[in-house]
Amino acid sequence: MARATTIRQKTITTIIAWTVAMVIFFPILWIVVLSFKSEGDAISTPMRVLTSAWTFDSYAVVQDRSDYFKHFFNSVIVAVGSTLLGILVAVPAAWSMAFVPSQRTRGILMWMLSTKMLPAVGVLYPIYLLFIELGLLDSRTGLVIVLMLINLPIIVWMLYTYFREIPAEILEAARMDGAGMRAELLYVLTPMAIPGIASTMLLNIILAWNEAFWTLNLTAAKAAPLTAFIASYSSPEGLFYAKLSAASVMAIAPILVMGWFSQKQLVRGLTFGAVK
Amino acid sequence: MATQHSQSVARMMMAPAVILLLGWMLVPLTMTLFFSFKKYLPLRGGDLGWVGFDNYVRFVSSSSFWPAVATTLIIVGGVLVITVLLGIALALLLDQPMWGQGVVRILVIAPFFVMPTVSGLVWKNMFMDPVNGFFAHLWRFFGAEPIQWLSHASMPSLVMIVSWQWLPFATLILLTAIQSLDTEQLEAAEMDGARPLGRFWFIILPHLARAITVVILIQTIFLLSIFAEIFVTTAGAFGTKTLTYLIFQRVLESQNVGLGSAGGVYAIILANIVAVFLLRVVGKNLDA
Repeated sequence: MARATTIRQKTITTIIAWTVAMVIFFPILWIVVLSFKSEGDAISTPMRVLTSAWTFDSYAVVQDRSDYFKHFFNSVIVAVGSTLLGILVAVPAAWSMAFVPSQRTRGILMWMLSTKMLPAVGVLYPIYLLFIELGLLDSRTGLVIVLMLINLPIIVWMLYTYFREIPAEILEAARMDGAGMRAELLYVLTPMAIPGIASTMLLNIILAWNEAFWTLNLTAAKAAPLTAFIASYSSPEGLFYAKLSAASVMAIAPILVMGWFSQKQLVRGLTFGAVK
Repeated sequence: MATQHSQSVARMMMAPAVILLLGWMLVPLTMTLFFSFKKYLPLRGGDLGWVGFDNYVRFVSSSSFWPAVATTLIIVGGVLVITVLLGIALALLLDQPMWGQGVVRILVIAPFFVMPTVSGLVWKNMFMDPVNGFFAHLWRFFGAEPIQWLSHASMPSLVMIVSWQWLPFATLILLTAIQSLDTEQLEAAEMDGARPLGRFWFIILPHLARAITVVILIQTIFLLSIFAEIFVTTAGAFGTKTLTYLIFQRVLESQNVGLGSAGGVYAIILANIVAVFLLRVVGKNLDA
C-alpha cells in the first residue's frame, strides 16, 4: 500500500494542489471579503479592497431593505418540506423494492430515473397553467410539491441503494427469533436504515435549496426562495457589490457546510449508484 | 421467500411513489403535446384552433432556431471538454499524498454547492464587469484594456461560469473512481518499469472509462437544461440563447404557447436520446 514518496515530492504536490484549490475557491472567498466592505470600497481595486476597513453594514442593510429573512425562511420551508414529503413517499417504495423485489422492480426503477431526465422547460407551460388554475402560483405549497416531484426519483434511488446494502440474513435471523413484522421494522430495519435516510435527506435538501428553474418561474415576491430573490439583483441593483455579496454569502453558507458533509452521498446520489 | 401476501403489500407501498411520478410525467406531457398542435396565444386571442404540425415546422424554421442549437452545442460541448479534462487532472492531483488533503478537497468541490443564480451574478458583477470587476482591475494592472466579457466574449464567459460550477462534480466522481483502483495493479506496473504516462494511459484511464461515461451523460442531461445562469447574466442576449432559453422565451415571455410547446417536445426528444445511453450504463450496475 504505502508507496514511497519523498518529502520533496509531497511538498511540490502540496503547493500545486493548494494553489489550484485556491484558484477554484477564489470567487467564493472574494465575495466573503466584499461582503464585509462598504459599497465604495467594494468597487475599488483589489489592493484597496483588502486594505480598507471591515464592516458588518451590508448584512444589516440587506435585511432592512429587502426582508431577506422572509426569503431565507421560504428556502428553508421549500427545501426541508419537499425533502420530508419526498422521504415519506419514497421510503415505503424503496423498502419494498429492496426487500421484496419482483421482476418488475428493475423496470420501475429505470422508469423513475427516466422521469428525472424530462427537461423542465418541456413542461413549463402546463405546470404554469396548472399552478394558475389551482391558485398555487407564487406559493410555498406549490414549490414544495414540484420540488418533491422532481427529486423523488433521486430519493427513491438513493434509499434503494442504501436499503439493498442491509443484509437480508438479518431479517431472517430476526424472524427466527420470533420477531413480528412490526418488531422487525422497528428494532431491526429502522436503526440500520437511518444513516441512509439521513444522507439522502441531506443531499436532497441541497438540491432543493439550489433548484433554480421552477423557483424562478413559479414564484414572485411572496414565495420566492433565495434563488429567486438573489436573481432580483440582476437588475442594476447588482451594482451594489457589498450588498449582493452579503446576500450571496448568507444564501450559500448553510448549504456549503452541508455539502462538505455530504461529499460521499453526492457521488452516490447523483450517479444513481453507478459510481460508488 | 416473497409470498403472495408480501408481494401485494410491496405493491401497495410502491403505489404512492409510482402514481405521483406517473401523474407528474403524463399530465404535463399530454398538455404539452396538446398545445403543440394548436395555435394558442393566451394574451392575443387564446385558443385559435388546431394547426397540425405547423408549430413544429415553424419552430425549426424560425431564424433563432439554428443559432440556439449552435449555442446549446457549444455550451454543452465546451463545458464537457473542460470539466472532463480538468476533472481528470484534478482527480489525479488530489489522489496524491499531500498535506491538508481534506481541506483541499473541500475547497475544490465548494462551487458545486453555490446556487446557480448566485454564481451567475457573482461572476457577472464581481468578476466580469468591464468597469469594477476583478478581471477589469487585473487587466488594467497589467496595462491592458479590460474585456467586455459578457457582451463581446459572451460564449466563452458563459462556458467558463458553467464549467466552474460543474468541475467539482466531475472531479469528485473521477476521484472516487480513482480511489477504487486496485493499488497493487499500479505497483506491479511500476515494478515492471511502466512510466507514469504509461501507467496513466493503460491502467488508470481504462479504469476511469466508466466513470467518465457517467460524468458525460449526467452532465449532458443537466447542461442541456441550464437556465438560471443565462437568465441572470445575459438574459439570452449576445448569442447566448440556448434551446431551453428559446423555449422559455416563446412560452412565458412572448406567450406563444403552441410554438413553445412544439419546441418543448423537441427538447424532450433530445433529452431522451441522451437518457437512453445513461440508463443503459446505470442499468448495467443494477445487475451487478
